[in-house]
Amino acid sequence: MADHISSSGESHGSVGSYVTGFVLAVILTVAAFGLVMSHAMSPSATGGAIALLAVVQIVVHLIYFLHMNGSSEQRWNVMAFAFTVLSVLVLVAGTMFIMHDTSINMMSR
Amino acid sequence: MFGKLTLSAIPYDVPILVGTFIGAAIAGLAVVGLITYYGKWGYLWREWLTSVDHKRIGVMYIVVALVALFRGFADAIMMRSQLALAYAGNPGYLPPHHYDQIFSAHGTIMIFFMAMAFMQGLMNIVVPLQIGARDVAFPFVNTLSFWMTTISFLLVNVSLFIGEFSQCGWLAYPPLSEQQFSPGVGVDYYIWAVQLSGVGTLLTGVNFFATIVKMRAPGMTYMRMPVFTWTIFCTTVLIMVAFPILTVAMGLLGLDRYLGMHFFTNDGGGNQMLYLSVIWGWGHPEVYILVLPAFGAFSEITQTFSRKPLFGYKTMVYATASIMVLSLVVWVHHFFTMGAGPNVNAFFGIMTMIIAVPTGVKIFNWLFTMYKGRIEFHATMYWVIGFMITFSIGGMTGVMLAIPASDFVLHNSLFVIAHFHNVIIGGVYFGYVAAMNFWFPKSFGFKLNEAWGKRAFWCWFIGFYVAFMPLYVVGFEGMTRRMNHYDNPEWHPWLLIAEVGAVLIACGIVCQLTQLYVSIRDRNLAENRDLTGDPWNARTLEWSTSSPPPFYNFAILPEVHELDAFAHDKEAGIDTRRAGGDYQPIHMPKNTACGFLIGAFSFVLGFGAVWYIWWLAAVGLIGVIATVIARSADNDVDYYVPVSEVARIEQEHTHNLMAAQAAE
Repeated sequence: MADHISSSGESHGSVGSYVTGFVLAVILTVAAFGLVMSHAMSPSATGGAIALLAVVQIVVHLIYFLHMNGSSEQRWNVMAFAFTVLSVLVLVAGTMFIMHDTSINMMSR
Repeated sequence: MFGKLTLSAIPYDVPILVGTFIGAAIAGLAVVGLITYYGKWGYLWREWLTSVDHKRIGVMYIVVALVALFRGFADAIMMRSQLALAYAGNPGYLPPHHYDQIFSAHGTIMIFFMAMAFMQGLMNIVVPLQIGARDVAFPFVNTLSFWMTTISFLLVNVSLFIGEFSQCGWLAYPPLSEQQFSPGVGVDYYIWAVQLSGVGTLLTGVNFFATIVKMRAPGMTYMRMPVFTWTIFCTTVLIMVAFPILTVAMGLLGLDRYLGMHFFTNDGGGNQMLYLSVIWGWGHPEVYILVLPAFGAFSEITQTFSRKPLFGYKTMVYATASIMVLSLVVWVHHFFTMGAGPNVNAFFGIMTMIIAVPTGVKIFNWLFTMYKGRIEFHATMYWVIGFMITFSIGGMTGVMLAIPASDFVLHNSLFVIAHFHNVIIGGVYFGYVAAMNFWFPKSFGFKLNEAWGKRAFWCWFIGFYVAFMPLYVVGFEGMTRRMNHYDNPEWHPWLLIAEVGAVLIACGIVCQLTQLYVSIRDRNLAENRDLTGDPWNARTLEWSTSSPPPFYNFAILPEVHELDAFAHDKEAGIDTRRAGGDYQPIHMPKNTACGFLIGAFSFVLGFGAVWYIWWLAAVGLIGVIATVIARSADNDVDYYVPVSEVARIEQEHTHNLMAAQAAE
């Protein structure tokens, strides 16, 4: 049948927003590769820097590609995302806490 | 050409397996023969296997769950018999290689294919009806989820007769599950079965979350949602959070095994303790994924058979939501003895004790619902009351285990086994059986036999205590789990008692089968037929439509004015159905074979990968991708039910209703 129910009102972005997102994503990716390949910083500083770039990259993807924003139609997406972040944090931080403590106790480090 | 698969992989020298194979083959041939004899293949294919109707998918899930229950229980009674025999020099009848596969398969099957399948079946049957929707948000994804679960269960059963199953326990801890110590295909069967069924479960989670958020009937605000829907809502959230963790854990273990990586190995920088943390990051939410829907079912049943509204609806909702959040921060209590320090163990021990609080709140809510209610001691209610007693005991032994210091004594002992069967049988299983008794007439239009239901209950209830209370004792006496044989004379009498309990539970299962048989035989007796659609005088929307409901569920979507919408409408004299109202054409999804095909190709992929038959795995993978593309390009996925058809079906139900009222 021809008359499908179209997906409800959410924005699917414009060419401009996709190009902006793409350019930002490329810059962030190139920056991460550049940092590693040029050995500009110490290894630990490089690790921290690319982790930071990765987080910014996630935010860029969310805003420009997944169209997440504060509008009311997006409330469910934002809430679901907040819960995801919370549970990822709980799991990652919890695992680091557990594994660190275990390593100290077991003298494996 | 055939990878690792050779003729020696077929265990034709193991009499138990040959016997099982012959039995399964005869049963399978009988089923196939009967379907052919009655010429039902076309009906089965068109109306069931390719169906996108959530009610039919739900029924098929529960059929899979019951088959899994038999398989899992057969494993259980074999283990109990082995331990009753294998004492003081007697090796028993199961050599360690076989015994280890049995306890691994028992846990895997009971959790992933009995409990998970049962739970998804219940949510399929009930949730869309309860929120006044015509189907789920993504009907095609629903059939896909079902087939992913089913083919994974098939993969586990294939391992019985081709090769072997994992011998590493139901969670396949490394380093034992690594290639170095488990070079066979057992762990690979386990990984692929869990991985593929995980896809199905995750999709179910997304599907029902979207359904509950987007498709509630007009007027049904969150605080007017029935409690069962609330518990399913929280369960879907937990599924979406937890199942990706399982996928990652299995993925990393698979990389270790297939590509020689070192995530969890002893050497090469691996850390097997990380696996424990990750797998239980899934595993603990998982137990709440299973038990929350049971809590929801108990709430619906208690209020219906106590003839009054649920006591403390709001506290029930908040308790469910707090369990949802707290269940994410307790996972270390599964491995207190791993070697983390007191600060880690104290934190997770305290969180574990805290989670008992909302659960206790729920128990009191059910008790107060019954208090001063006009309780009808229906067979369904037996399971509820049996649950409250059994689950409370299980909860208390759980709090004992939550104390890290006592866990150091009890870890890995049969005390732990007794504890979690106490909560899983007493909570999850009793809940699902109660729910099956409760919602059965909704699915099929006739009630389940009560006398056999009560017999099944008493066998299960007494059998449970006889089977598992002795395990608490031998746990205290230091008997560890997964033991093949022993020579401690103090344990032997207790294990004999436990064997008697297992036999009693077997009687319970026989009673349940008899109950099904008797109910189907007597389905046309007037007292068993459900013509009104509301056999229990219940409170929520699913009872406002006919039994079984028309495929579109509601001709006119119900309007919700109050919590317990149907009870409110009955009191206010409102016709929830608005029979004879202004019917509109109804937009419905078409049945599709794509879910079945993707499942079948996934099975091929899994089987090929287990045996390193790479061309076969490639065929499976390409098949999956091709089916998905074909389905995405297909625009002919829906149709409209004409008004005349809707009016005809509704008229018929109105006739039935009037006949039933006249008969009263």
